[in-house]
Amino acid sequence: MLEILSKGFRDVRSHLQGMRTITEENLSDALQMIRVSLLEADVEFRVAGAFLDRVKEKALGDIVLTRVKHKEKKLRVSPGDHFIKLCHDELIRLMGPEDSSLTLRTRPVSSIMMVGLQGSGKTTTAAKLAKYLSRTGKYPMLVAADVYRPAAVQQLVKLGSDLGVPVFTDGGASPPEICGRSLEDAYRKGCNVTIFDTAGRLTIDEPLMDELRLIQEKTAPDDILLVCDAMIGQESVNIANAFNERIKLTGFILTKLDGDARGGAAISIKEATGVPIKFVGMGEGLDRLEEFRPDGLASRILGFGDVVGLVKDFEEVVDEKKAEEDALRMLQGQFDLSDFLNQIKTIKKMGPLQDVVEKLPFFSGGIPDAAKTDDYELVRMESMISSMTPAERRRPEIIDESRVRRIAQGSGRKESEVKELLGKFKDMRDLMFAMGGGKLRGRWKRMKGVRNLFGGGLDGGIGADHPMMGSGGPLGMPEVGRGKVVSRKALEKRRKKSKEAKKARKKARKR
Amino acid sequence: MSQENQEKKGFFGRIFGREKTAVVEEAPGGGVVVEMIEACGTEPGNDKMGLAEQEGASDANAKEAEQDFTRLVAGLSKTRSGFIRSLDKVFLGRRELDATIASHLEEALVRADIGVKTAYELLESVTERVKRKELADRGAVMGHLKAVIYDILSQVESPMQTADGPEPFVVMVVGVNGSGKTTTIAKIAARHKTAGHKVLLVAGDTFRAAAVDQIEVWAERLGCPVAKGKDKADPSSVVFEGLRQAMDDATHLVLVDTAGRLHTRTPLMDQLKKIRRTMEKQLPGAPHETLLVIDASTGQNAILQAKTFNEALPITGLALTKLDGASKGGVLVGISNELKIPIRYVGIGEKMDDLRDFNARDFVEALFAEKDHNR
Repeated sequence: MLEILSKGFRDVRSHLQGMRTITEENLSDALQMIRVSLLEADVEFRVAGAFLDRVKEKALGDIVLTRVKHKEKKLRVSPGDHFIKLCHDELIRLMGPEDSSLTLRTRPVSSIMMVGLQGSGKTTTAAKLAKYLSRTGKYPMLVAADVYRPAAVQQLVKLGSDLGVPVFTDGGASPPEICGRSLEDAYRKGCNVTIFDTAGRLTIDEPLMDELRLIQEKTAPDDILLVCDAMIGQESVNIANAFNERIKLTGFILTKLDGDARGGAAISIKEATGVPIKFVGMGEGLDRLEEFRPDGLASRILGFGDVVGLVKDFEEVVDEKKAEEDALRMLQGQFDLSDFLNQIKTIKKMGPLQDVVEKLPFFSGGIPDAAKTDDYELVRMESMISSMTPAERRRPEIIDESRVRRIAQGSGRKESEVKELLGKFKDMRDLMFAMGGGKLRGRWKRMKGVRNLFGGGLDGGIGADHPMMGSGGPLGMPEVGRGKVVSRKALEKRRKKSKEAKKARKKARKR
Repeated sequence: MSQENQEKKGFFGRIFGREKTAVVEEAPGGGVVVEMIEACGTEPGNDKMGLAEQEGASDANAKEAEQDFTRLVAGLSKTRSGFIRSLDKVFLGRRELDATIASHLEEALVRADIGVKTAYELLESVTERVKRKELADRGAVMGHLKAVIYDILSQVESPMQTADGPEPFVVMVVGVNGSGKTTTIAKIAARHKTAGHKVLLVAGDTFRAAAVDQIEVWAERLGCPVAKGKDKADPSSVVFEGLRQAMDDATHLVLVDTAGRLHTRTPLMDQLKKIRRTMEKQLPGAPHETLLVIDASTGQNAILQAKTFNEALPITGLALTKLDGASKGGVLVGISNELKIPIRYVGIGEKMDDLRDFNARDFVEALFAEKDHNR
């Protein structure tokens, strides 16, 4: 196992080139790709343009830890990739914050008004919302204010009876009257929220748009939710604006997101109106209304799941600070089996090892045979270490024959396997200690990238004397990275840390 | 429930208030004829759905053709304003074409929902010709775009031809939720009713609440029989019975409604296949037409919808609905460019006669019309 990993590390050095600054040039491909992707996701043209300009502005000049080229192979983690990740994060920020709260302030009966185009899913969503509210302890009432579409009232009545929620209907009245009357009826029936299911309408239909305003004047709804089909195209912004100008929206609901529509409308509408996305409709069942979470949708809109996923995988599993401390300790020769176990767990968290390895940029030309490994090996190692006492993990030297026997029994492995594990571990620790004490001086910071790649550990896998660094990137500062944008401040901090590490090592040697 | 009945009464009361109205109708052949049709109520608030179309008592044919075109343009006015107005901006105050034209054209095309792929193809053909100095000015670029888009659309212009055989002509109508299947069925039925055909509606949407009620309301308004099954019945069984009924009654046209379904739901797509097989079993050759209804405000997903439904069924015709709203018809260009499925109908309004045979020339002309005709 360790050999496998160190083989990987050895390969890395030849792939390393250095750090790059995000510039107009190295972004142009990524920009075009993202642009097309956003447009294909139905993000409105101008929203897409403005968004990209903004992210670009932010990103330019950022220094990126990256590998660039190795032989003829192009490596995956490029400034473009970082930029994609940046866009992803920005999309999340823009679509957020998560806010599925409803106002529902009026007492004793508050009201929610559902509006939207024909066929966007208002009636179904109204029923779903009623179910959602019942679950949160409210007593909702559905109000059939769509008097135009044939059988729209019957549909709501049917849905209401399925849910056990009362439905207010008034055949002869106009929608504003219906909504107004429903409030009293709700109070009589002991309901505390009414949901107005209004008719679908075109934004250019003046009389019907005016009807919405009349309903609003009459009932002063606490929440006005625009129901919008996730499949909607470039017109999303105009539609949302048209509704928002007429009756101030408090939120919107994106429906039919269980299909394969990318849902770019979400970002368009949010950008144009500033109104938060409250819920998403994820299926035909009445319980398929979910509170909106921006992260999933951001990947979907961007359509670069793989890149984003890759960068995210590493980010998620690495606890930066802990990684720094671990590295420090390891280089001081204080690496123990608990650290080892943590590393194994970290690697396991990334998913099947094969997948992880395949995602690594330096294996873009295919996985070296030696690195082809099964996850089961990690499980075996984990089980053996788990069968050790904390003291044994801290100081493996104390593990004698009898302890080996116990560990083997506890983990269901052979004694020889336990010994093999211990042997490998000791080799590795010695190697690291040598590194920490010797020739790596002034260079250890360059390992950080590799360390990060593998989730915080195993730095020592790279031989200390490998002439691994080229003359470096634009800043003349060789650096290995996992594709993280590093600010100058952070670089300073790292330099300081490496100095501290040096001092600590000196101290350790004196003793 | 008494409340519901009351409501129903009110509903039907309005529906039964009928009157004779003359309606301008474009015949499948392309010419314009005037037909008398039974129109329904003009109760305030309900006239949206009515067939009333008062203006068009029979005058000279030319005048009606002009009117019809005007209405199409009006229906497409949004498409036009999105597309052409931004194109106008491109050329504003420019004698010659320069490099920035590409980005402006791109915006105009993409914002019309034409689709990224098709927009870029069109763009390329323009910039190439501009480079070669084949297109020198605004008029030339417009003319070129118009020609290319017409070329794409004319290939798929193909009105639905119902055979005049002894057996019923069966149309299966499919689409995603909320695309306008039932309304389109009602509009097609209205058309054929006025042409003196015997039409049967089949309530194949047994899933959605009150979908059967919805088609029944339409059937009542139109005076068509409707075949329906029990609530939550297997749609195939309803369709089976419906076809039998149609054959027994010597019906000309059978319009089969199906439940809206997202094309990604494999079990539901399989259900459609089953419905299709059932038809074939009952009446070899049926369905004679499988019509996919697409909402014109749909973005790039429309192409996926067309592709997936086509793979499952296949689709023999398209109907584009809600073209009168904020939507831009551009999606039609994208679909036609990528999939050569015949386009049968465009829905340009809520009235019964607002369903037109798709006409590529009119569509392109409307798309590129220079002045406001109506608004």
